[in-house]
Amino acid sequence: METLVVITCGFYFLSTAGYLFYLIFQKDFLQRAGFGLLLAGFAAHTVVLATGWYQSGHIPVRNLYETLLMAGWATAGIFLAFSRRFNLKIFGIYAAPLITLIMLVATQVPRVPGQAKPIFDNFWLVIHVLTIFLGEAALALACGAGVFYLLQERAIKTKHHGFFYKRLPSLELLDGVGYTCLIAGFTLMTFGLITGIIYAKSVWGRFWSWDPKEVWAGITWLLYAVLLHERLTVGWRGRRSAILAIIGFAIVLFTFFGVNFFLKGHHGVFTRF
Amino acid sequence: MQHIILIGLSHKTAPVELRECIALTSEETVDTLADFRSHPDVNESVVFSTCNRVEILMAAQNSENAVQTAKTFLAQSKRIPVEQFEEALYIHHDEDAIRHIFRVASSLDSMMVGEPQILGQIKDAYLVATRQKTSGPLLNRLLHRAFSVAKRIRTETGIGGRAVSISYAAIELGRKIFGSLEKKKVLLIGAGEMAELAVEHLMGQQVGEIIVANRTFERGMALAGRFNGRAIHFDECIAQLKFVDVIISSTGAAAHVISWEDVKRSLRSRRNRPLFFIDIAVPRDIDPRINRLSNTYVYDIDDLQTVVEENIKDRTQEAAKGERIVEEATVKFQQWHESLKVVPTIVALREKVETIIDGEIEHTLTALNGLSSEERQALERMKAALVKKVLHHPTIFLKKNGCREDRTIYLDVTRKLFNLDK
Repeated sequence: METLVVITCGFYFLSTAGYLFYLIFQKDFLQRAGFGLLLAGFAAHTVVLATGWYQSGHIPVRNLYETLLMAGWATAGIFLAFSRRFNLKIFGIYAAPLITLIMLVATQVPRVPGQAKPIFDNFWLVIHVLTIFLGEAALALACGAGVFYLLQERAIKTKHHGFFYKRLPSLELLDGVGYTCLIAGFTLMTFGLITGIIYAKSVWGRFWSWDPKEVWAGITWLLYAVLLHERLTVGWRGRRSAILAIIGFAIVLFTFFGVNFFLKGHHGVFTRF
Repeated sequence: MQHIILIGLSHKTAPVELRECIALTSEETVDTLADFRSHPDVNESVVFSTCNRVEILMAAQNSENAVQTAKTFLAQSKRIPVEQFEEALYIHHDEDAIRHIFRVASSLDSMMVGEPQILGQIKDAYLVATRQKTSGPLLNRLLHRAFSVAKRIRTETGIGGRAVSISYAAIELGRKIFGSLEKKKVLLIGAGEMAELAVEHLMGQQVGEIIVANRTFERGMALAGRFNGRAIHFDECIAQLKFVDVIISSTGAAAHVISWEDVKRSLRSRRNRPLFFIDIAVPRDIDPRINRLSNTYVYDIDDLQTVVEENIKDRTQEAAKGERIVEEATVKFQQWHESLKVVPTIVALREKVETIIDGEIEHTLTALNGLSSEERQALERMKAALVKKVLHHPTIFLKKNGCREDRTIYLDVTRKLFNLDK
């Protein structure tokens, strides 16, 4: 089990190296190598999670270590799925290091053994966790698309065509990818929140308890809702959309980590050490 | 051994007035080749003549004579005294000639480094030479090598990438903004050579509608007809801002034709779809402040010129990589060329046969154990005799009588028959 985690990290790390070299040298085989290694890492990662789940009998998100493993897995999965959809080779240089970073942090946090409580055995919980994580992974990619968009737009506007101008695809494509990621992320997150609320009702008897995590999740959801609404009605696109995608993801990160460290709430156990 | 000789002049050594005088038409090229074919001093020849260079590539036993022949030929057929162009001529032998032809074919020696036409021109010239049967085993191999070196440089370096003309630079930018220019609407304001060229390039990208606005409506109509587009009145331009994606402006107006307010107002109804202005006019037609509006990009002629200059700098850097590939290929070709001397071929042939017999003896001896040392020596003697007898006639043939005028082809065939180059 432990060795498999190391192997997973190794694959992700090599994949990052592959994409980094691709960024510099622009040789197609490097990008293919990066992608293949990421795929291999994802396969190993899936085995890690499946074993954990099977052995404990619960979805493995009981402490920060397991939560981060799940977050890394979701990011890799979403990236692989989107790579099929878009021919966005350069995107790996954002996704692969991000996944590697999550995994490295995961291996460094102390492993507080998670207690098995009966409230973990719940169908709604499983759906809630999976959709929230996949949604947040998609929003992470939207943030990456936003960063790339801003870089490329800056190069075109300032007329200094540097290192990234050649390597990044067109603004239209970056904007489109960001938008698709937002739609996917928002839909999954909405689904995750609804199932979370249903789960709360089933274990605590209340739909909403003004827990800080709930409040911040609500704020995050509203921000993305506003962004998508403006985009659909008046065509907020390009730069503004990219900046909001980045801010939105910062709030997602705060909801994920910050709330647990600075505020208290019923999610605290899983994400604090 | 045959020598490779290249004699010629190019934009680097001769002014255009001289190049004009020396340049050969395609009929003249054919005549030249026919003359060389019957000339005893030149065994093989290929001639290429483009607007930037005239070069004669030859294979000959005696380089001095061949050079002299080529010079007098040029002087006679073009009716210019040799002294008039001798200064501008460069003459390369063997390794230098190989390097030169590789560099020319890969467009490293061109006026605009990386331009793609030269390879095609050399291929055509080679085709003419093969039709005239003036290209033989040596030049055939050299030119095929040159084509593959050129191809390798094109794929492995960025020598042919990035636009080096204003209108192509504009297209490249458009693709970085819109992804694909397909179905994008183009508005051309005014007219002018560069603007029209840009529209033509855009048409090559399958753009959608092309709208032409001109101060004189008739002129606009004529242009629209050429581009399969639609003409509008000049004062309708602003209204079109809602619909079009690319605007190319090139009028003689003293003030801005499109103001910041015009664009600002149209953004919302455009739902922020990107808008790309290409301003080729001097003084400028498009208010440069428009570039600061979101999803709107303005490039004027100087901006495009800067892009082009950067791209040219890029190409020059890439050319250095190309030179390395050329160097590598030159060394390799020179090795093969050297091997066409008689002695190395005979030595290689002897070694080949000896290796085969050694292998077979070895093989047989493992089956026959208990052979005395005398018996082994007898086998060795037999081997020596075999090698000598088998190679007796081929050696004599290659060394003298068999091929009086040109050994190259026989040496080449020998090396191929016995797979001596591996």
